[in-house]
Amino acid sequence: MTLIHARGLVKRFGDFTAVDGIDVDVRRGEAFGFLGPNGAGKSSTMRMIGCVSPPTDGTLSILGLDPRRDGPKIRAKLGVCPQLDNLDQELTVRENLTTYARFFGIPRRVARRRADELLEFVQLTERANSKVEPLSGGMKRRLTIARSLVNEPEIVLLDEPTTGLDPQARHLVWERLFRLKQQGVTLVLTTHYMDEAEQLCDRLVVMDNGKIVAEGSPRALIERHSTREVVELRFEAESQEAFADKLAGLGERVEVLPDRVLLYVADGDAALAEVHRRALSPAGVLVRRSSLEDVFLHLTGRTLVD
Amino acid sequence: MTLYVLEYHLVSYRRIWRSSVLSSFVLPLLTMLGFGVGVGAYVTGGVGGVPYLDWMVPGLIASTAVQIAIGDSTWPVLGGFEWQRIYYGQAAAPLRVSDILDGHLAFIVFRTVLSCAAFLLIATAFGTMHSWWALATLPIAALIGLAVAAPTFAYSATIRTDSYLAILFRLGVIPMSLFSGVFFPVESLPAVLRWIAYALPLWHGVDLSRAATLGVAPAWSASGHVLYLALWAVLGWLLAYRQFTRRLVV
Repeated sequence: MTLIHARGLVKRFGDFTAVDGIDVDVRRGEAFGFLGPNGAGKSSTMRMIGCVSPPTDGTLSILGLDPRRDGPKIRAKLGVCPQLDNLDQELTVRENLTTYARFFGIPRRVARRRADELLEFVQLTERANSKVEPLSGGMKRRLTIARSLVNEPEIVLLDEPTTGLDPQARHLVWERLFRLKQQGVTLVLTTHYMDEAEQLCDRLVVMDNGKIVAEGSPRALIERHSTREVVELRFEAESQEAFADKLAGLGERVEVLPDRVLLYVADGDAALAEVHRRALSPAGVLVRRSSLEDVFLHLTGRTLVD
Repeated sequence: MTLYVLEYHLVSYRRIWRSSVLSSFVLPLLTMLGFGVGVGAYVTGGVGGVPYLDWMVPGLIASTAVQIAIGDSTWPVLGGFEWQRIYYGQAAAPLRVSDILDGHLAFIVFRTVLSCAAFLLIATAFGTMHSWWALATLPIAALIGLAVAAPTFAYSATIRTDSYLAILFRLGVIPMSLFSGVFFPVESLPAVLRWIAYALPLWHGVDLSRAATLGVAPAWSASGHVLYLALWAVLGWLLAYRQFTRRLVV
């Protein structure tokens, strides 16, 4: 069953087109990702799905309802974990959950019980009565995730859920989100971390300049847009450019970066043998599997868009 | 839905209510002593036939309503958009913009009435109330609170930094408190300033409150005052609603 259905979805702010006619289908129980560089239109899309930003054009249906007309009704069934935490710093950890539950009309007694369960789930039980302000970034993010679950939502929207967290905190968040997915909760997330997308997403779309440039499972995207393996060569020279000619014809694609040369090949070891046969001796060599990051950089380019 | 938002603000207030209530009593107490015993000793003739303290107290109650209502409609509202961003959290829940706005305004009115009630209690203890009509100062305080809080919400939802709040206090709140007949009759002002006092909301509240505590008829018609304050509240609400919608639904 399709929970989110978008066709030709557009969001414009004045002359600026943030989302430029995208088609998206999110099915029940899957973890769906929006990938893209900053400014690709991921957050604008999430805000439209969250029913706090009316679409400029196109059709959007969430849980079979129209966000333009049924905003509050849809939001009652969504959980939202925004990019910037908007917790109440003055309230305690538990009060943040209980007061938020009331916005959904949840009775106080149920709200208290659910708050305790959720604090257990995000491992914040010991901090239940502490104020939010002194919590670490990772704890605040876990609390925000707990808050997004307080109404037992059908869809949870997570906008860059682990941006700014340290590695331990990120892994804990991933583990909790994975647990939610196992419980059958539909997750929709945006990220620019490829490892996050590979870990969590069943299916994802890559966005660039407001458009969808690729779509599929992480594995399928790698197969379609990259080779199986990548050989990274580092030459001890002023310019790596000089070696490009000598590497010509090796693999599907040769990419020259300021500090190294990447060979996109099916078989990394065979390609490396060929490199040596051509009497080239790079100072550094790395043969690795292709990752979503290779797909991402190939599709959206290496130019910085800030 | 509006009630859920009010409830949230009350829970939030519970954390500071002790110190808040204490200060609501201390401020009027100090004012009574300072103005009543200090300044009052110089104004021996009283004003309009009543002792200066008795004449001034209802003005101060109305002025307190303005201070509390505007104070609570500035930093908390700006912070709701810019710092803690709590409004964005509320907008993601099944609340409408009007619920978010009305719930917060209702809390401001609650705070305003609470502070004015404390003032009324102290002032009564000092024997400055001349009539049971004095109780009417509380609904009047609620109306004044709404009349100034609603436009202040609109202002605070428009600005992006709190340096603009200093402008509001220096050019708006302080002059209004000084020239709205709280400390001396507006009739002693030059005509231009007098008309500014008439245009601003506080004087209307002061005149109503004074009529109530002294048990006399107001200088203008009571319903005229009420309607004018209601006009401020309604126009302010419309502006605030427009700004809140602009910020929360984009």
